[in-house]
Amino acid sequence: MNLDQLIHTFIAESRDLLEAMEHALLHVAEEGDEAVNAVFRAAHTIKGSAGMFGLDAVVDFTHVAESVLDKVRAGTVPVTEDLVALLLTCCDHIGALVDAVEAGTLAGDDALTAQGAPLCERLQAYLGTPAAPAPVAKTTAAATAPATAAHWHISLRFGPDVLRNGMDPLSFLRYLGQIGQITDIALLDDALPALEGFDAESCYLGFEIGFSTAADKAAIDEVFDFVRDDCQIRILAPRTKVSEYVQLIDDMPEQRSLLGEMLVRSGSITARELEQALAVQSAGGAQAAPLGEILVGQGLVRPPVVEAALSKQKQANEPRQENRSVRVDADKLDRLINLVGELIIAGAGANLIARRTQIPELLECTSTLSGLVEEVRDSALQLRMVKIGATFNRFQRVVHDVSREIGKDIRLDVSGEDAELDKTVVEKIGDPLTHLVRNAMDHGIEPADVRLARGKPAQGVVSLNAYHESGSIVIEVSDDGGGLKRERILAKAIERGLVEPGRVLSDKEIFGLIFEPGFSTAEQVTNLSGRGVGMDVVKRNIVALRGSVEIASTEGQGTTVTVRLPLTLAIINGFQVGVGKSVFVIPMDMVEECVEFRDDPLHDYIDLRGQAMPFVRLRERFAVDGAPARRQSIVVVRYGSRKAGLVVDHLLGEFQTVIKPLGKVFSGVRFLSGSSILGNGDVALILDMAALLSVEDERSAAAA
Amino acid sequence: MTIGEIGPAGQGDAVALRIEGEMTIYRAAELKDVLAGAVAQAVAETRALALDLSDVTEFDSAGVQLLLLARREAQRQGQVLRLEACSPAVREVFHLTGLTARFAAEDA
Repeated sequence: MNLDQLIHTFIAESRDLLEAMEHALLHVAEEGDEAVNAVFRAAHTIKGSAGMFGLDAVVDFTHVAESVLDKVRAGTVPVTEDLVALLLTCCDHIGALVDAVEAGTLAGDDALTAQGAPLCERLQAYLGTPAAPAPVAKTTAAATAPATAAHWHISLRFGPDVLRNGMDPLSFLRYLGQIGQITDIALLDDALPALEGFDAESCYLGFEIGFSTAADKAAIDEVFDFVRDDCQIRILAPRTKVSEYVQLIDDMPEQRSLLGEMLVRSGSITARELEQALAVQSAGGAQAAPLGEILVGQGLVRPPVVEAALSKQKQANEPRQENRSVRVDADKLDRLINLVGELIIAGAGANLIARRTQIPELLECTSTLSGLVEEVRDSALQLRMVKIGATFNRFQRVVHDVSREIGKDIRLDVSGEDAELDKTVVEKIGDPLTHLVRNAMDHGIEPADVRLARGKPAQGVVSLNAYHESGSIVIEVSDDGGGLKRERILAKAIERGLVEPGRVLSDKEIFGLIFEPGFSTAEQVTNLSGRGVGMDVVKRNIVALRGSVEIASTEGQGTTVTVRLPLTLAIINGFQVGVGKSVFVIPMDMVEECVEFRDDPLHDYIDLRGQAMPFVRLRERFAVDGAPARRQSIVVVRYGSRKAGLVVDHLLGEFQTVIKPLGKVFSGVRFLSGSSILGNGDVALILDMAALLSVEDERSAAAA
Repeated sequence: MTIGEIGPAGQGDAVALRIEGEMTIYRAAELKDVLAGAVAQAVAETRALALDLSDVTEFDSAGVQLLLLARREAQRQGQVLRLEACSPAVREVFHLTGLTARFAAEDA
């Protein structure tokens, strides 16, 4: 591990902490002290780690925020809405600083420093506020944080691998210097082996440090977080039992006199105390154990102090929860998925040859292999699956900020956080969702007086929900606001020339109009329909992910936008069909059944068990040459609430399909979402169900 | 990052070694051999070893260890290791680790 990797760890951890901080800030109202503590801890840890790397800009800024938080924790500064908003902004600023660290532009970024300055001032205002007049508050403050510097003794023995792990013991000393003052230090080099046994890359150093600081034990202890596993650390609290010092001296026979002198010199212990303790101990000989009692008897021990120190020590030493997850570079994962894709294609080739040659052993081998490849594929894809909860939780912040901004009281309800989807999808869905949520708050939810007049609670609710449905993930953004005004949208659409006057449209079609580009650019759209800012962009983004979006609304009761996305963008189970010589792939999850097709030139729908179902002739749609096969089939597909048939020549069966994007040349092609390479090297085209079926919808609607 | 030659002549009574550039973990293994060689030469010629660290740009724990090791080796074999000059980077570390006093006391 080198320093670069450590910095990456720092960046990743800081981001996690900032997220936790934000989350806690947003829940301060409900969770109270617990949340304040969480925020404090996060800020504190970021400061500590930043100090390790000498990122002064981060340390300085976070320090101010942390000081305010400390006051909040002590109860001297009340948690107000304004403070929470300010701290959220600070959170963002620290995030920006961390981004700068990642970009390597932290040093000398004056713009960032300038951004931080007003925040610092506002934070300082909280610090400057005289403590609450009530004397009670003062005492609590004094009890939680000892204001005056106290004298600690720190004993360090670095393990041999510290240097190799990319850490320099000196940086810990430097960092100590930032949270207090090193009053005395002795470097121990007794562990240095003879020249022959000396490994220049091992660490043999130890330090005895007299340290004066106002920080508490946990803070000192945290300095050594990064080396805890590689290092013996002992931190002796101020006014520790003399016996503990003696114990320390006893444990380090090599440095006995040095240490004793140092403890005396730094005032940790007086010379007399030390002498007495040592004398008593040697007089006691083998009965060294009751030393503590002797000391108590001599009045050298201050029991309450000892207990306090011990309990703090215990806290600090609580075993840290083992981290069971591994951080993996996203590029490595992508490479793995790509390789699995190639494996599937190669496997399909092998299968094909096996079937052609009809060698039983080979057939058996390839079939076992296929099964394994499928499992590998599933687990590889599973690696990239993340829960949507983290994305949803980010919206707590959006809702909090926007509701302050527009002066409405709005709450966010989140459900289905455990639904998983591909990381790449998650990354890309953030923006469209933000847009939908903002829209719901801005235009969906009515002002409080209107809500009360309509008999609704004053607080508006925006909800996010997610669930899986036939190979897709469905995300719903709903609000309990005024809903869409059907007639007005229709009128506007006719005025804009999007719809011919006199046409009869279903509700769904009318609401769908707000996703039309021509519609959303209309100026008065916001006050007219209450919706529509940039909805076309939202739709475009979602369609780009092979997804679709629908809207349902009841006037006066609210609106629900339903976004449907594929679970993964890389590999799917595909159902292959042949038309002429071309092969098309239909995502398996959407295939309902296959039925025989009887051509009837009079109808463009079939009777499926008493229900009319529209169908598409793929041969016509894609202008495939040649006469249709004698026995054609219909593949019944379902996408969302729609159902339709696809007329094909042959049914080829289920195959794993590695999705390759279509080249730029084909970017204008509708109805296709990608391509795939077959076992025999041919290219198959993957059908874009959302596009195919929506055109079918329009066509049948036009006919009706 | 060049290591100065071990100049036996023209440097008074001591074997002179001048180290430039980093004196850190990245070059520790290499520097160990150089220092060991210099100590061996000093011992063989019964002369002191004079180190010039005025061009050391970076100095970390590994550098500290090397220095302490070289000095101990020299002392063990009845020779003296002297610091002729130190760069600010070295002085800062000496100050931080409380080594200033130790080196100063023995050099005096």
